[in-house]
Amino acid sequence: MKKGVKAHGILVALRLLPYAVFVVVLVTFASLSSRFLQVQNFLNILVQAAPVAIAGIGMTFVLLTGGIDLSVGAVMYLSACILGVFFKSVAWPVGLLLMMACGSVWGALNAVFITRLRVVPFIVTLATLFIARGAALYLSNTKMIFLPKEVTGLNRLYWFGIPFAIWTLAVVLAVAWVILRETPFGRQIYAVGADPVAAEKAGLKVGRILFLVYCISGACAGMGGFVSITQVGAVSPSFALEREFAVIAAAVLGGTSLFGGRGGVGGTIFGAILIQTVNNGLVIINANPYIYPLVTAAIIFLAVLVDSLRERILKRLQARQIRVEEGGDARLASAPARLP
Amino acid sequence: MALLEAKGLTKSFYGVTVLHGVDLAIEPGEVLGLVGENGSGKSTSMNILGGVLQPDGGSMTLGGVPYAPRDPRDASRAGISFIHQELNLFPNLTVEENLYLDGFPFRFPFLPFIDRRRIRQRTKALLAEVDLPASPATPVSSLSPGERQMVEIAKALSGQARLIIFDEPTTSLTSREIERLFALISKLRARRIGMIYISHILHDVLRLCDHVLVLRDGALVGSDRAANMTPERMVTLMVGRTMEQMFPPRFEKPSATPPVLELRSVSQPGVVKNISLVVHRSEVVGVAGLLGSGRTELARIIFGLAPRQTGTILVEGRELARSPREVMQAGVAFLTEDRRLEGTLGSASIAHNLALPAVESYAGTGTGVLDSARLHAAVSGMARSVQLKASDIERQPINALSGGNQQKVVLGKWLMRSPKVLILDEPTRGIDVGAKYEIYRIINDLAAQGAAILVISSEIEELIGLSDRILVMCHGEFSAEFNKATFDPEEILRAAMKKPVHSSP
Repeated sequence: MKKGVKAHGILVALRLLPYAVFVVVLVTFASLSSRFLQVQNFLNILVQAAPVAIAGIGMTFVLLTGGIDLSVGAVMYLSACILGVFFKSVAWPVGLLLMMACGSVWGALNAVFITRLRVVPFIVTLATLFIARGAALYLSNTKMIFLPKEVTGLNRLYWFGIPFAIWTLAVVLAVAWVILRETPFGRQIYAVGADPVAAEKAGLKVGRILFLVYCISGACAGMGGFVSITQVGAVSPSFALEREFAVIAAAVLGGTSLFGGRGGVGGTIFGAILIQTVNNGLVIINANPYIYPLVTAAIIFLAVLVDSLRERILKRLQARQIRVEEGGDARLASAPARLP
Repeated sequence: MALLEAKGLTKSFYGVTVLHGVDLAIEPGEVLGLVGENGSGKSTSMNILGGVLQPDGGSMTLGGVPYAPRDPRDASRAGISFIHQELNLFPNLTVEENLYLDGFPFRFPFLPFIDRRRIRQRTKALLAEVDLPASPATPVSSLSPGERQMVEIAKALSGQARLIIFDEPTTSLTSREIERLFALISKLRARRIGMIYISHILHDVLRLCDHVLVLRDGALVGSDRAANMTPERMVTLMVGRTMEQMFPPRFEKPSATPPVLELRSVSQPGVVKNISLVVHRSEVVGVAGLLGSGRTELARIIFGLAPRQTGTILVEGRELARSPREVMQAGVAFLTEDRRLEGTLGSASIAHNLALPAVESYAGTGTGVLDSARLHAAVSGMARSVQLKASDIERQPINALSGGNQQKVVLGKWLMRSPKVLILDEPTRGIDVGAKYEIYRIINDLAAQGAAILVISSEIEELIGLSDRILVMCHGEFSAEFNKATFDPEEILRAAMKKPVHSSP
């Protein structure tokens, strides 16, 4: 089984590649600027990565079922507009819950199209991306929306020396981790992602599970949007524009597969940090701003490439196992996927 | 009282009756063997028992009460577990998670947290019952096919199964794993669990089962205690069919000229071993073999779709390249066993499908612009000559045709290229008798025009009716060769079912 061992080696290498990239990024920026390595800078990176990481946790749920949610950036913008236009004077915890509620309603809308009308998630969420952005532009008259001090001041709120954004991220991460690991719903998400038809046959309520993951993704996007507002202070028409790509890339860089059934929320945090580190480093070394999208694109490309390579190798390992018995008698051990 | 009793089960698909009133009964602790050729109705009847299909007629009782499952969950709740050839486990979850996926016990009342300790203990006990020395927390992806099957059986036991159906359980197991499975079956028998065992390996059936049922063409043709059965009698019952009127006559004799297709000791480890064969002009050579014998893999190797480690393949004396494109250019055509997936563009028109492989030769010289008129004439000519029954070949998508007519389109599209070598893998699978006859006639016509034809089939009568010679494949090797004078269905089946030579561990 030498070939199998080699394939497993490649799999491990692919799994570790994003971490190797992270090390290379750290070393490169550290050698180009002394400011990069300061503790304060790393704290900044973590705080700035929080919105993408939070939305990425929701995205991880969706990706694990084999779906995708392209509407998260637009949901961030729309829920922020609703808060800024209609509920300017509410207390911030109410505002946070309100944005999460907006997000999960939007997620439920996605889910209805996906589970009831059986439209593919990519198409549904691409359409709702434009609907949400359009609705938000209409609500805001394409003007900048300013939010009260109570919300924007949260950026300077520290508990036990830890900033608000990190607290939020930590709570979401802990809850998501427990849901995925320790509840039936979490394990069933993995089963649906591995094989939706078999999951249905095994008696799982696949429609309900899909419905919930899109609601979770929407709620997390709303929460990510709230944290983002506290950092930028105002909601411009380009708020969270194209943010869905960073969110998906964060999850995929963290080892969650676009093909479903594989990955987890821990990696997503790493992915978000990697993306933010690159952005931060480029700012610190005063790189040409027109280079940023190229670098981000390269990272997304790497993530997707690694993911599809892993999937191909795993499929090959699973599909056809040629087993050599003691004594050298080889038998074809592929289970034929049909009945005689 | 019988554990399960079925009376007069009938089932038809699209007007073709595949089960004609099958009766069966099984006692607690009994192992019932079910044998029959492909298409004899074994799978259909078991799918009815397992709730996958609903019968058109007939009734079933389970432990004396009427039993009519609407889906597999219904069946498993009633205590009937169906262990399919392709296993239904989730490789990305652990063994214990697979066992309790649709009903995890909770750690705290009203809080949806999995009680890990409880499922671990229960899983450990179930794994001990099936003698699988794996930890409950092992991911299924790291288990071998044999170990996964043990997990499936453990899952059946966790649901309090009273009847377990095994469908060809040994196809993907090593000989050691097979022994373990058989030991487990004896153990379950002692626990008064009823079992139905479907297999092509007749020795295994005789060894394991108390009672054997033989199905042929959807009807029960034999039922006896295993002690009164022999492999010979089972094969005779399985095969005995009249051959008249099933095959069109053939007049052409293969010519003795140099071979058109020649394989010299082709090997690919674990797939095929040392395969040599020749096919002459106007000759039809049949390849018999069970599922997994390597027969399909051989065809894919010739066509360049699968790798080979050693050996040469020649067409008219010239060595064949290893890419399907170049193989096609050398005059080889390949009809795959999976028509829907690999042979047709489902929603494209019939004409489109017919034209596909030949379209290049209808481009104007130099310009590359398609000569539509000439192509159209050729396509409609072909549709006529394969006697296609379609209303409008330009507009009707190929999906709208019956299986037999789809296959005629697929054959026709290769005929457009006038191939020198034609390889057919299961050319009549899922096709009714009438259409089969027409397909056989097309194959005969092709041979008459001088093509060298290689037919792979699991229906032995079909090979006997079509071929000049039959080669039998078993475990990746040719185990026997027959010519017209020595054709004997029972001998061929026996050669295909030869037990592998297991070296003692």
